[in-house]
Amino acid sequence: MTNFGTVDGTAGRIMIRLENLRKEYPKEPKPAVDDLTLEIPEGEIVILVGPSGCGKTTTMKMINRIIEPTSGRIVVDDKDVTHEDPDQLRRRIGYVIQQIGLFPHQTIAENIATVPKLLGWDAKRIDARIDELLETVSMSPATYRNRYPKQLSGGQRQRVGVARALSGDPAVMLMDEPFGAIDPITRDRLQNEFLRLQAEVRKTIVFVTHDIDEAIKMGDRIAILEEGSRIAQYDTPEQILTAPASDFVADFIGAGASLKRLNLSRVRDIQLTEWPTVARNADGAAVLDALRASDKGCALVLDEQRRPCRWVSAADVQRGDGRAIDEIGLPPDAVVEPQATLNDALNELITANYSVAIVVDAAGVYQGIVDIDHINEAIRGMRTAARAKARAGLVEDRDEDLLTKGTTT
Amino acid sequence: MSLWEFIEGRYDDLLQAGFDHIWLVGLSVLLCTVIGVGLGVATYQTNRPREIVLAVTSTFLTVPSFALFVLLIPPLGIGAPPVILALTMYGLLPVVRNTITGLREVDPSIVESAKGMGLGRAQRLTKIELPLAWPVIVTGVRVSALILVGIATIGAIVDGPGYGEFIFNGLARVGSPVAVNLVLAGMIGVIVVAIIFDVFFAVIAKLTTSRGIR
Ligand SMILES: Nc1ncnc2c1ncn2[C@@H]1O[C@H](COP(=O)(O)OP(=O)(O)O)[C@@H](O)[C@H]1O
Ligand SMILES: [Mg+2]
Repeated sequence: MTNFGTVDGTAGRIMIRLENLRKEYPKEPKPAVDDLTLEIPEGEIVILVGPSGCGKTTTMKMINRIIEPTSGRIVVDDKDVTHEDPDQLRRRIGYVIQQIGLFPHQTIAENIATVPKLLGWDAKRIDARIDELLETVSMSPATYRNRYPKQLSGGQRQRVGVARALSGDPAVMLMDEPFGAIDPITRDRLQNEFLRLQAEVRKTIVFVTHDIDEAIKMGDRIAILEEGSRIAQYDTPEQILTAPASDFVADFIGAGASLKRLNLSRVRDIQLTEWPTVARNADGAAVLDALRASDKGCALVLDEQRRPCRWVSAADVQRGDGRAIDEIGLPPDAVVEPQATLNDALNELITANYSVAIVVDAAGVYQGIVDIDHINEAIRGMRTAARAKARAGLVEDRDEDLLTKGTTT
Repeated sequence: MSLWEFIEGRYDDLLQAGFDHIWLVGLSVLLCTVIGVGLGVATYQTNRPREIVLAVTSTFLTVPSFALFVLLIPPLGIGAPPVILALTMYGLLPVVRNTITGLREVDPSIVESAKGMGLGRAQRLTKIELPLAWPVIVTGVRVSALILVGIATIGAIVDGPGYGEFIFNGLARVGSPVAVNLVLAGMIGVIVVAIIFDVFFAVIAKLTTSRGIR
């Protein structure tokens, strides 16, 4: 049986190529990885996802040779590394595991300096790199440089783990369930932060998870694996959600493929709704004017920096008896940033007072409103687009068949 | 003669015996540490050799000290050499055992992340595993030192230096008025030396253990 995961011409250069990679553990009847061939394009996050024990970790750890393959080849950056000195190889590949594995007896700065020291950088360059990386993962160097891992929260440790893996500026990163041991709220934030970071650094990342939702959110491309690291489908998240290649894939995605698609789009990708707003120093009459000019039931009060500070309805104004408008009404709940996924926005607006989510930029400045109609529309749009693409793919395949037939006859 | 007068009168001898006791035990502990940590490092990852090393060093501790000192006279003569060899044998087990335990207790994910960053075998051992196992190893050395301070007194039967001399002299003169003073002075000396070692290793442990794992 073939076990192939190749990419079409639209992907970038191939950064990692696994060729007929196989791993048999002693005394195990079946191979953990069964002749896997997989191409990983440069600058993408490729997710290995599948049920527990299917061979994800084994596959990933063969790339930096923490686990030695039984047979097959590993090509990284056009170089066969199957027999290269593993220590040299590993210094060029960032590595993050679920337990993070920070060195508890070393400070955060020392932890991050590990690989640069091995690479023989001078002290000044290492110092600058430590500060740069801590800034990158939103931790103030002055505060955290000299702390020890035990003095950090789980989320902060995870950030340092990522900073440490990036320290030698590797082209390739391997991440094995990096957010697996973190509480769901922090995980969501770290995932978003990581995506923002990746948009800047554009590393080639192999990311292992057993969580299909995480795979859909994080992946540019997803390899769904069955036992023996056999590829059930290797495709973009959109295509996997729209056109699962087998019952195994469909089962693995589970119910609610449409809802999962909400993880694929971000608030910044959709048109925001106009909403009546009033300045904080305005009075109740201004609110009523703004409401009359729109079809909405409430107005959003903005402060001098145009940051949301209050929801005020007409009833609030009447009950308010002339009190200042930022003392009546309701606090602005359900606030999201543009890089939040539609899924995040939906979660927020469902519990919000006025069933809408307020979009603000990083500085907290009001940008617009997302409501449920938008989200509905976005889902419909995505479904249509993905279907069209799946059909186009089928047509292409058929054309190729005809072509090859044509040449052989 | 009161004990206090006795100590005042023999002050120089007692002080000399104290120095002797300390260097005798100190040297033996140093040997135990070098050999014990070496054996621990060499065997902690493998099952059979580890069991053998632990079994052999435990057996050393079961040999009666009296017998061992005497047995070592033919090859090594009398005085410090047989005592140092015997003490080194007795002190190995706590060091070896704690080295092995300490190294095996290092979180495997820490070692794996070190490996994944490209630290070689020797670098992982010296930069990660030994520093993390260090508090446990120092505890072993400290226990070993305390055991040896006691056993060293028995070395006096082969003419070994230290407070044992006083105690054995006292035992040889049981009944005479000076006997009790000899034994008591020797005992106090041993206790003082034990306290000195204990404090010394507590300070060493504190100074050499990273703040991150304290
Ligand atoms: N060191 C090992 N020795 C023997 N079998 C192993 C070892 N590591 C993993 N396996 C087996 O190989 C298979 C794949 O494991 P793994 O790659 O860890 O899966 P996953 O990361 O997808 O959960 C499992 O059946 C597991 O039991
Ligand atoms: Mg795994």
